[in-house]
Amino acid sequence: MTLQLDRPVPGERTPPGAGPTIRLSWRSRLHRFEGRSAPYVYVAPFFLVFAAFGLFPLLYTAYISLHRYKLGSSMTWIGLDNYTWLFTNDAFYNALWKTVTIGVLSTVPQLLIALGLAHLLNYRLRGRTFLRVAMLMPYATSVAAATLVFALIFGRDAGIVNGLLGLVGVDPVDWRNGDWTAQIAISVIVIWRWTGYNALIYLAGMQSISSDLYEAAALDGANRWQQFRHVTLPGLRPTILFTIVVSTIGASQLFGEPLLFGGGQANGGPVGQYQTLGLFMYQQGWQFGQLGRAATVAWVTFLLIIGLVLLNTRLSKMRKS
Amino acid sequence: MSIPRTTSAVVAVAASLALALTACGSGSSTPAASGGPVNLKVSLFGTFGYDEVGLFKKYEAENPGVTITYESTQGEDKYWPALQTRLASGSGVADVQGIEVARIADVTANQADKWTDLRDTPAKDSIGGYVSWKEPAATTKDGAVLGLGTDIGPTGICYRSDLLAKAGLPTDPAALSAQMPDWNAFLALGEKYKANAPAGSAWHDSAGGLYNAIISTQKEIYYDASGKLVYNTNPAVKSAFDTAAGAAQKGLTAKLEQFVDPGWDQGFSSGSFATIACPSWMIGYIKGKAGTGGADKWNVTTLPGGVGGNWGGAYLGIPAVSQHKAEAAKLIAWLTAPEQQAAVFEKVGNFPSTTGAIAKVAGATDPYFNNAPIGKIFTASADASPVQILGPEDGVVKSALVQALLSVETSGTSPADAWTAAGTKISNQVG
Repeated sequence: MTLQLDRPVPGERTPPGAGPTIRLSWRSRLHRFEGRSAPYVYVAPFFLVFAAFGLFPLLYTAYISLHRYKLGSSMTWIGLDNYTWLFTNDAFYNALWKTVTIGVLSTVPQLLIALGLAHLLNYRLRGRTFLRVAMLMPYATSVAAATLVFALIFGRDAGIVNGLLGLVGVDPVDWRNGDWTAQIAISVIVIWRWTGYNALIYLAGMQSISSDLYEAAALDGANRWQQFRHVTLPGLRPTILFTIVVSTIGASQLFGEPLLFGGGQANGGPVGQYQTLGLFMYQQGWQFGQLGRAATVAWVTFLLIIGLVLLNTRLSKMRKS
Repeated sequence: MSIPRTTSAVVAVAASLALALTACGSGSSTPAASGGPVNLKVSLFGTFGYDEVGLFKKYEAENPGVTITYESTQGEDKYWPALQTRLASGSGVADVQGIEVARIADVTANQADKWTDLRDTPAKDSIGGYVSWKEPAATTKDGAVLGLGTDIGPTGICYRSDLLAKAGLPTDPAALSAQMPDWNAFLALGEKYKANAPAGSAWHDSAGGLYNAIISTQKEIYYDASGKLVYNTNPAVKSAFDTAAGAAQKGLTAKLEQFVDPGWDQGFSSGSFATIACPSWMIGYIKGKAGTGGADKWNVTTLPGGVGGNWGGAYLGIPAVSQHKAEAAKLIAWLTAPEQQAAVFEKVGNFPSTTGAIAKVAGATDPYFNNAPIGKIFTASADASPVQILGPEDGVVKSALVQALLSVETSGTSPADAWTAAGTKISNQVG
């Protein structure tokens, strides 16, 4: 990723007492030891917590995925049977495909809208701070509450959306049971929730672009659109890459919205039309109690995400060179 | 109780999360002090009615030294997996746990070592008081009894008498029942209703609900007596599926998924549907969703032809790791005793499973349902209900078939394709 830390690392600081000619006293040696070891101690909690709650579960999940493990019974080794089951299972490919389509439906509009909003907020507007805070409000809302409200908004008989469509003469749409309609409804929830967050990140990126560049471009006769296209966008490239990576990961792990949109059911609609990989995994583990299979889905998802991130990085490097 | 009781997904998810978190650190490891004060933990799902009727407080008052800590998860589908993880780890389980009827076959077949044999506890005297099939279903091959029955789910048809009147159909329970000698006649009434019904109102709520009602009258459903999975060769299953799918294709259902679609809950008051298959526990659900405005609109009658059916029901069990088995056994024996079961029925509609309580409620009427003789209707349904054969994967099969019916309703899938798709899903999961 592109987060660069240019600040000096604390451990590299020369201890105050360490002049060039003075013999080191035990105090200053201790001081120096502290200076060298302190950073490691400071970062240790993260790595310890990561090892306990990140690395261990990851490896243990891989171990479980090689077993038949029904919730409430004991594990039996079955080698790669779970993977065979997974890769010959239509439901898995359906979930994979739905993850991709909902991912595209939600991520692309989300990032485009965020870019536009950030561009507007970058101008001097009245009440700019208020607008910026307001934009982040959806992000601070609980997924569960938001999704339940959206499920009502997209209701067939009494939902607002169908009410508005009715005004222009469109027949009521059964959002939750249709194929694309359910995916669109879920994407709308995701877009509503994450656009503000991404816009703020873009805004931060835009403000780090030197105003000299804009002045120079203006002097050369570039209009607003050309400034956006040739100054803002190139300047934002690392930020955009970051948001794409984060949104891609988010989209591949999409879970809460489809689960709650489906009323807490993990099947993702009658024909699995909005069953994402996350839901598929949850269904295996917690509806059917097949922990081994759920672990397999988790690992395959993990590998897919790594693959996607590498692909993203590769693509952006290719564009740079 | 019935599996798909996910009335409020948020509460359920929040509760199960909270449970999962607390499960990490709270093993009930206080040693049993004989005669000393005892704290009994009771963990249930949905609405058993005990808290609503105030039975826990009453028990505490009558038994000095006993305190009861009660928690409930709304959705059984969240409750059960959480309980399974805690049973597996042996910590965090309560002294009394609820078991849904669809899980009891799994419990007796696969988890006998994790539950207390009630024959060795003070609850043993209660085992004989039930309708003939209730306790055998909770008994292992070796004869261990792992749960005491709470309610059963005798089933009728609930209907909106105001909507039926508008469509020119009989509104009196007996008159309506006389016009539907079988399910085909029930659907024929639906056609009549459709022709004269108010706009936006369907005859029945969902094909899945209709299917469950039809199948609830069968003895052999997904498993045969030898424990073999026979759903795809059992003509009763196919016929119930086809009848429900046919109703869906004729546009007689409101296409609302039970317990899941917010529109289904709204439909009880808005009138999206005129009839719904009505296990006794649905009585309380309808009152909750239709509210005071629905008070004299709803009514109850028997299933077509007056056949008996059973949909749902539950048990109370004591996990083997409980430190207070004797006290817990006394509590569940008291909670499931006839007086208490009758009190729960009066308040929330869960129909009693002990013969003593059934005798007590036989004359009950419900003012909310136009003074329908709910005691008589559900007692008759319970008496006529067959002894169902339960199996460990009933839930998976049932849910796949109900989802397939929903796809017929909403996506225009042909019944044959939906049946095949459900079969693939089931064999993929169970086989």
